[in-house]
Formats: sequence, C-alpha cells, structure tokens
Amino acid sequence: MKRTIFRNQLLPWLLLAPQLAITFVFFLWPAAQAVRQSFLREDAFGTRTSFVGLANFEKLWGNAEYLNSLQVTAVFAISVTILSMGLSLILAVAVDRMIRSSRIYTTLLVWPYAVAPAVAGILWWFIFNPTIGIMPYVLAQVGYDWNHISSKSDAMTLVVIASAWKQISYNFLFFVAGLQAIPASLREAAAIDGAGPVRRFFDITFPLLSPTTFFLLVVNIVYAMFDTFGVIDATTEGGPAQATNIMVYKVYFDGFVGQNMGSSAAQSVVLMMLVLVLTVVQFRYVEKKVEY
Amino acid sequence: MIENRPGLNLLAHLTLIFGVCVVALPVWVAFVASTHGATDFMSGTIPMWPGPHLVENYSQMLGAGVSTSGTPPVATMMMNSLIMALCIAIGKIAISILSAFAIVYFRFPFRGLAFWCIFITLMLPVEVRIVPTFQVVADLGLLNSYAGLSIPLIASATATFLFRQVFLTIPDELTEAARIDGAGPMKFFRDILLPLSRTNIAALFVILFIYGWNQYLWPLLVTTSSDYYTIVAGIKRMSDAVDGLPQWHLVMATAMLAMIPPVAVVIGMQRLFVKGLVETEK
Repeated sequence: MKRTIFRNQLLPWLLLAPQLAITFVFFLWPAAQAVRQSFLREDAFGTRTSFVGLANFEKLWGNAEYLNSLQVTAVFAISVTILSMGLSLILAVAVDRMIRSSRIYTTLLVWPYAVAPAVAGILWWFIFNPTIGIMPYVLAQVGYDWNHISSKSDAMTLVVIASAWKQISYNFLFFVAGLQAIPASLREAAAIDGAGPVRRFFDITFPLLSPTTFFLLVVNIVYAMFDTFGVIDATTEGGPAQATNIMVYKVYFDGFVGQNMGSSAAQSVVLMMLVLVLTVVQFRYVEKKVEY
Repeated sequence: MIENRPGLNLLAHLTLIFGVCVVALPVWVAFVASTHGATDFMSGTIPMWPGPHLVENYSQMLGAGVSTSGTPPVATMMMNSLIMALCIAIGKIAISILSAFAIVYFRFPFRGLAFWCIFITLMLPVEVRIVPTFQVVADLGLLNSYAGLSIPLIASATATFLFRQVFLTIPDELTEAARIDGAGPMKFFRDILLPLSRTNIAALFVILFIYGWNQYLWPLLVTTSSDYYTIVAGIKRMSDAVDGLPQWHLVMATAMLAMIPPVAVVIGMQRLFVKGLVETEK
C-alpha cells in the first residue's frame, strides 16, 4: 500500500481502459457466453435454441467419450508431470554439484523452453515415425514393434515424451534455484555426522525442496492440461480411438469440427472450474510455502 | 559442494552430458533431416549425419514454400510470426504497466473490482473458451488480420501483477520528491517509474516474445487466408497437406526455422530470460 498517491479521479480509469476493455470483450464476455450456451441446446438446423438447464452437463456425465477424455487427461497430466519433474530434478541435483561448469550446462539445458509445443510434437513425431524414425528402428532391435498410429499406448507415450521434453528446462531452472536456496551448512552438518550423499538427499535436500516441488507440481499439471494442445494437434489429433483426446482438445474438436455447441460449452465450463481450483490451490498454498 | 568425491563428480558430469544429449536429440535429428534430399527418406531409416542439401532446402522454403500444401513461403510466415510476437509482447507490457500504475498510485472507487477483473483473466486461458472467443473476433471482423491475431491475447494479469510488485518496492520518498517538485502523475510515470522498471520490462519482453511467437491454437483459428499464416501454425498445415507422404526434409527445415528465433532469444539473453521466468511466476 502506497502512502503517497495522486489524487486524480479520471486518469486511473483512462490508464485502466485498454486492459479492462480487452478483458471484457475477449475474456469475460466469451466466458459468459460459454456459461450461457452450456444451458442451451440448438436444434439440428441451428435455428432455434431452447433452455435445457443442466442437461448438457448430465449428458457429459453419461458420455463414454467424455469420461474417457477425463481419464486420458489424468493419465497424461500425471505422466508428463512425473517424467518431466523427475528428469529435471536429477539434472538439477547434478548441476548443483558443479562449480565452474554449471553455467554452460544450464545454457545447454534451458533452450527447449523456447520451442513451441506444436514444433516439439512434430520433432518427436518424426523421431518416432514408424517407417523412417530412429526410435522405432532402435526398438525393433530389442523386439518391440512401435506404431503410434495404431497402438493406443504408443500414441500416449509419444505425446507424453514430447510434452515432458519441452517442460524439462522450466522445471530444471526452478529446481536449481530451489537447491541453491538450501543453506550449505545443513548438508555440511549432515556430512560431518556421517550421512552419505544419498541419505543427505532424501533426509535434507528433498524435504527442504518441497516448496519448489509443490509449486512445480501445480505448474506442470496446468501446463499438461492446457498448454499441450499444440502437441496433440500436431501429432495424434486425439487418436487413435480417442486414446490421446485430452479435455482441451475435445472442447476444440466438438466445438469446431463437430459443431456441437452445447456440449462444447458445457466442457468449457468444466474446464474453467478446473482452472479455478488449480489457481486457488496455487495462490493459497504456494504462497504459504510447504515447509518444515 | 560438501565434500570431495571424484566418483560422484564423474557421475554428475555423465548424467548431465546424457541429459544434454537427450534434450538435443530431436533437434539434431530435425537438423540432419533438413539437410537431405527427398529421396534419402525412402531407404529405411533417417540418416544420422548432415547431407549436402542444406542451402537448397532452406532457400526453397524461405523463398517459395511448398506449393502443393497451399502454405506461403516460410519468410512470409516468419514475418507474420514476428509481427504477432512483437504486437503481443509490446501490447501486453504497455497495457499492463499502465494498469499497474493506476492500481498502485491512485485511490478511486471500484479499484478493487478493477483489480479482480484483471485477476480473473488468469483463470480463463484461451483454450477453455475458444468457441465463444472466436465468435467475438469473427463478429468484430478481425479474422485474418494482425489485430485479430494479437489483441485478444494481450490482456495480462501476470504482467500487471509483476509491475505492481515492482512499483510497490519503489520508495514513497521518490513519489513525494516528485510531487514537491511539481511533477504530475504522467511525468512521474515517464521520468521515474519507466526508467526504474527498465530491466523488468526487458525480462518480461523476452518471456512474452517467446509466448507470442509460439502461439498455435489461436492463429490456427483466426487465419484462413494464407497471407496471415504464422510459422508455428503453418507447419501443421504443411505436414498435413502433402497427402500421407510429408516431405520430411522440407517440414524439418521449416521446424528449424520456427525454432531458431525464440531459441536464439533464450540463449542470447539467458540472464533476462531467467529473471523474467522467475518473476512472472511470483
């Protein structure tokens, strides 16, 4: 809170005007439209709409495809989060030991942040291409027949790898910062008491890293749920047989390709609730910091 | 370092080298593929070393594009991406710094409400309200325009919060001194606040430029005319259109060109990039 302020009454509104105008026109109004549409149903010709209450939501709940999409989203988000955070933590712990070479390693590890999710998808799609890709070739040597065009689990693995790859740099940077914030004296004391590196990691470093870990957990789940549209669209397009049809992709597909406005709007509303919950979690608990 | 353990140091180095290789693998493969001719992909697996067609492939993509897929030359798409990224980055910074100034340095009715309106945009990413937002943009006649590509994305709660934090750390004495010297609010903003937040603006710019350049879903929806295709959204169309048999060497050359500008920004301005990343998440 500032003690010294300016007294103008009109000026602050002029300053806020562009931000508020864009917020109203492109955020609040469309969101309100989504909520409104989620209670309506259009007839087959799109000429008449009628109020149907919660019917759109009820239909979603009974829709096998939607329930599948929920499950796919959960599996996808958890896999991306664990894979990406796990690898990043290992790399961050390794860099934390380095004195002179940490800068160069950091540079070599952070750049994937700048690669667009859609481009990341294309790159891995190419590597795993069943006919010419190198990974299927390697996997064939050990007797695995890779085909993400027909195999559901292969397709899921592909989008998880592509999405996790892009997120490694982000997690890495935050883990390194978290590790550097842990006072060296604690680990030194443990070393003097005879604790080895592994013991020190699990008894001291990892618990003290929990605020960072928790923060990254939320960020990664949000990333996997909402920012990976490009990965999915550039590679599997939700297939095969809905195996990678995450919720965000389904909203887009049902709305634009399937033209099922009521259902798409209801799905939008469900997603808004999810973001709301995740944002509240982030602001309430990350601020307080999980600590000992 | 706590104690000297050469074995552990070696292990750490090996882990990191392995990590760097895994992270670089897809880009290396893409680069190699982009230097080969079309026929090199018929013979089993992708080659692992660069071929002789680098200049040829890249100049074809930059200059002419793939005519069969209906995408414009990559140079045009990169220009569109650049314009979109700059509009988004500059637009977000401009409107956010003004909003933060209004919220921190003025007391006016409904100040809290204005703050909440901005805050709520955090909870409404484009992806969850695509259909109605598209409708609004279509109704406003903004499809196939740079305004339609960038304006709907430039409201920013994160940037507003960042500038709010920065302004809150600026001592009140400065404001008092400015007022005693007879400076009005806009003069104070221009001569004191802007120079003091210069590094924050630069750090934020790096993050937002990458954000803008990498937009995918939005450009895919609002551009139907190939004159406005952006490169990130264009790649997909390119790999789709060449029926079943993508011309991998050209698609990968495009992917490389789509990556180079943002990756160069991250590597060239690493310090600002890290600062921006950490600050926007506070």
